[in-house]
Amino acid sequence: MIRGTIVVAQDICKACELCIAACPQDCLELSPNLNIKGYHYVQLKNDTCTGCVNCAIVCPDSAITVYRQAKKPKAA
Amino acid sequence: MENTFIPVGMEVVYKKPQTLTDTPMHYCPGCGHGVIHKILMEVIDEMGIQSETIGVAPVGCSVFAYDYMNVDMQEAAHGRASAVATGVKRVRPDKFVYSYQGDGDLAAIGTGETIHTVNRGENILMLFVNNGIYGMTGGQMAPTSLLGMKTSTSPFGREASTMGYPLKITELVAQLPGAYYVTRQSVHTTANVRKLKKAIEASFRYQKEKKGTCFIEVVSNCPSGWKMTPIEANEWLEKNMFPYYPLGDLKAPK
Ligand SMILES: Cc1ncc(C[n+]2csc(CCOP(=O)(O)OP(=O)(O)O)c2C)c(N)n1
Ligand code: SF4
Ligand code: SF4
Ligand code: SF4
Ligand SMILES: [Mg+2]
Repeated sequence: MIRGTIVVAQDICKACELCIAACPQDCLELSPNLNIKGYHYVQLKNDTCTGCVNCAIVCPDSAITVYRQAKKPKAA
Repeated sequence: MENTFIPVGMEVVYKKPQTLTDTPMHYCPGCGHGVIHKILMEVIDEMGIQSETIGVAPVGCSVFAYDYMNVDMQEAAHGRASAVATGVKRVRPDKFVYSYQGDGDLAAIGTGETIHTVNRGENILMLFVNNGIYGMTGGQMAPTSLLGMKTSTSPFGREASTMGYPLKITELVAQLPGAYYVTRQSVHTTANVRKLKKAIEASFRYQKEKKGTCFIEVVSNCPSGWKMTPIEANEWLEKNMFPYYPLGDLKAPK
């Protein structure tokens, strides 16, 4: 089951790779594609993301939004 | 642009603070300024003080801070941010006031303003970004550049007999009675960013309680000026900056 995921603002990312270094799950990589500024923006490479938010916190350009599997509402 | 996308069955656990504008930052890839801006705005968001905060931007790479920080801002001449912040705070003591300054700004041309602002115990937060270099102007030596550090004005490395020693201005201001809370932090890892966040929160709390000057040094990087990749720069920072500029509180209220 996918526990978390991220969305990268592709045109904002500057390919500094700090998020890649910060990810404990090793699930980020540079895309072979370029963004509008000419950077190989970051993308997910597998589905091991836990939504731990490490990548987003160290991103200098605030390019990452992080999501986690919504908690099931408790049965009343 | 604010990301409003939510995948099915997921919830947002982290997104850019709303007090940070959507303007793309001009900083070089991996520059610590971006992280520091973000975390400062995140605190302002969470404390709900956006409309009660006034920032003072310096001269240096962060000269355009007012384009990114969606609070009332005033630009100051090089080195004078803490003096301008003094004026702002005295006219509007009800507001949260901070200055955001680089090492060339705060510890070179603005040394006088820095020492006297803290010595007067001005009730503001001074956020000091020490990357050991003049980033904006092309990587010249700063008072904070380390011994042996190669910069465009110390091409063979800083050498004490002609260029003096790296200035520990944070240790200096911690001695002053006007300083209430003095700490040294960094933003090169998630854990360190979280610690900086706590320090900023505490500083605004103390400001509300009119305790005196809060001074936070952030030991940061300048990948371009240091001529390194961002990852190399953060490793270099750990290995070389921290031994001389150790992290932690220099003066903490009991
Ligand atoms: C009165 C005056 N003197 C000199 C300059 C040139 N100048 C612009 S930025 C700067 C140094 C900035 O270094 P720092 O404060 O460390 O900021 P950084 O760019 O490293 O973040 C200097 C000397 C200026 N703009 N105004
Ligand atoms: S949220 Fe955590 S696991 Fe997912 S990409 Fe970011 S750092 Fe990696
Ligand atoms: S930290 Fe941000 S800017 Fe840097 S590579 Fe990752 S997403 Fe891009
Ligand atoms: S020159 Fe240095 S301090 Fe300025 S934006 Fe580039 S990396 Fe950051
Ligand atoms: Mg500097």
